[in-house]
Amino acid sequence: MLSRRLLQGIPIVLGILVVNFLLLNATPGDVVDAMVGQMGASDPELVARMKERFGLDQPLLVRLGLYMWNLARLDLGFSAFYNMPVETLILERLAGTALLMLSSIGVALVLGVVSGVAAARRFNTAWDMLIGVAALLFYATPVFWIGLMMLVLFSVHLGILPLGGMSTIAADFGPVEATLDVLWHLILPMTTLSLFFIATYTRLMRSSMLEAYQQDYVRTARAKGVPEGRVAYRHVLRNALLPVVTVVGVQIGALLGGAVVVETVFNWPGLGRLAYDAVLQRDFNLLLGILFVSSVVVVVVNILVDLLYAALDPRIEVG
Amino acid sequence: MTSAARRDLWRRFARNRGAVAGLVVLGLVVLAAALADLLYGDGPLRMVARPLQWPGTNPAFPLGTDRLGRDIAAGIFHGARISLLVGIMAAAFALAVGVVIGALAGFYRGIVDSLLMRLADLVQTIPPFLLALVLLAILRPSVANVVFAIGVSSWPPVARIVRAEFLSLREREFVQAGIAAGMGDLRLILTQILPNALAPVIVFSSLLVATAILTESALAFLGFTDPNVMSWGTIIGIGRNEIRTAWYIAAIPGMAILLTVLALNLVGEGLNDALNPRLRDR
Repeated sequence: MLSRRLLQGIPIVLGILVVNFLLLNATPGDVVDAMVGQMGASDPELVARMKERFGLDQPLLVRLGLYMWNLARLDLGFSAFYNMPVETLILERLAGTALLMLSSIGVALVLGVVSGVAAARRFNTAWDMLIGVAALLFYATPVFWIGLMMLVLFSVHLGILPLGGMSTIAADFGPVEATLDVLWHLILPMTTLSLFFIATYTRLMRSSMLEAYQQDYVRTARAKGVPEGRVAYRHVLRNALLPVVTVVGVQIGALLGGAVVVETVFNWPGLGRLAYDAVLQRDFNLLLGILFVSSVVVVVVNILVDLLYAALDPRIEVG
Repeated sequence: MTSAARRDLWRRFARNRGAVAGLVVLGLVVLAAALADLLYGDGPLRMVARPLQWPGTNPAFPLGTDRLGRDIAAGIFHGARISLLVGIMAAAFALAVGVVIGALAGFYRGIVDSLLMRLADLVQTIPPFLLALVLLAILRPSVANVVFAIGVSSWPPVARIVRAEFLSLREREFVQAGIAAGMGDLRLILTQILPNALAPVIVFSSLLVATAILTESALAFLGFTDPNVMSWGTIIGIGRNEIRTAWYIAAIPGMAILLTVLALNLVGEGLNDALNPRLRDR
C-alpha cells in the first residue's frame, strides 16, 4: 500500500520538474546574464565561455535530458551564483527549515487543538467568543507584518529577543548553550509562522468537535454515565481530530510558502530564503532544486498524513 | 431569483452581525479606493513633505511620511486600489479556470477527469507562494502578471469543489431528465448543473479574494510587484528598513491589510449562513 502511494507520487514530482525546467529555461535572461549585468562588464567572449561552462549553450531538450540523468544520480547541478553544488546548498539549509516548520506545526497543533476543544466545550459562552475572535484575527493577519511588529516590540523596544539569524555570531558556546541559543532565536520566527495555523486548527477543531458531539455514540456514552470530561477526551476528541490531520497535509504547501516570507523577515538560514535569493539572482538551477525538494516534501508529508489517518481511524485503508 | 427569495437570503446574511460589520468595512475600503485620485491626485510616489514625520504630529499628513517624504495616507488610499484590484482579479481568474476545469472533470469523468485532476495535483504540490514567486521571476513584474501568478497558483481548490458538486449533481433526476430531453452537453452544464453548483463556490470566493490580497501583499513586501505602483505590501517593505526608529511606516499598511482581509472573511461567513441554511445553527 505504501509503495503504491510512493509510486503515485513519482510522476507528480517528475511532472513538476519538467514543467518548471521548461518554464525557467524558456525565458530570456539566465544566471550568466544576471551575473554579467551585476558586474557591469559585457565581454561577449567571456559571456559565451561562461554559458558553455554551465551548459547553457545546449538545446533545451538536451539540457532537460542531462538534468534528468544527473538527477537519477542525485546530482542537482551547480549553483552559478553560490559557486557550489545545489545539493550541498540545499542540505545545508534543510535543517533550518525543518526546525522552523516542525516546531511551528507542533505549536500550532497543540495550541489549536487545545483552544478548539476549549471553545467547543464552552460552546456559546464568553470563552467561545473570545477564542473565536482571536482565531479570526490571527487568520486575517499578514504573516510577514506580524513578524515585523513582534521584532519591533520584543527585539527593538524590549530587547529581550534577538533581531534575527539562527545563532549568536562569533559566540563561543558549549553544546548546551549553543542549543539554547538556537531555541532563543527560534522563538519569534516560530511564533510568527504558527499564528495562522493556530487560527486554522482552532476553528476547524471547534467545528469538528461540535459535529462529533451530535453523534449517537456520544449520547450512548452519556447515557451510560460516562463523566463529561471523559466523553470529551475519549469519545469526541479522537474523532474530531481526523479533519485536522487532513488539513495539516493539505496545508503543508502553505507552510512552505510561509517559510519563505518568515525566513526573509528574520534572516533565518533556511530553504525559503534560499529560494528567495535564487529568484533574485535568477539562479534557476538552484531554484529548480528547491522546487524539486519542496514537492518531494509535500508528497511525502501527504503520504504520512494518510498513514496517520489510517492509524487514527482503522476503518480507513491507505489506498 | 424572486425578490422574496432575495430578501430571505439577505435576512439570513444580516442575522450574522459580524458579516454586516465586514460588509461595512469593505465598503469603506472600496470608498478609499474610489476617492484616492480625488484626495491624493498627485499619486503616492511623490515626495511631498519633510521625511519621517510621525503620525499625528502634522495635521496635513495624518498618517505621517516615510524616509523620502512620501505621504503614507496617499499610499494607503492608492494601495487600497491595488489590493482590491489584484485581489478581485486574481480570484476571478482562479474562479474562471477552476470552474471550467472542475466542471469538465466532474461532467465527463473518466479519462478527462483523471487528466485534469492530475494537473490539479501537479499545481497543488508546488507550494502556492513559491509558484507565484517563480512565475514572477520569469515574467516582468506588472500588475497583470501578479494577478496571473496568484490566479495560476490558486485555482486547484476551486476545481475540486466544482468537480465534487458536478459529480453528485450529474446523477440527480433533473439532470437525467435534461439528458432524456436531448439537451446538449454545454446546455446541461450551463443551465442545469452549474447554477446548482455555485453556492459553495460563492462562499469560497470571498476567501479566495482574501487570500489573494494576503499573497499580493507578501509578494510586494519582497519586492515582486510593479515598481510604479504603491501597494500596501510595498509600504511595509519600505518601512522594514526603518523598523528601529519609524515603525509606524510598516504598522499602518499592515492594519489596513488586516482589516480588509478580516472583513472579507466575515462576509464569507455571512454568505455561508445565507447560502447553506442547513449549517446555520452550528
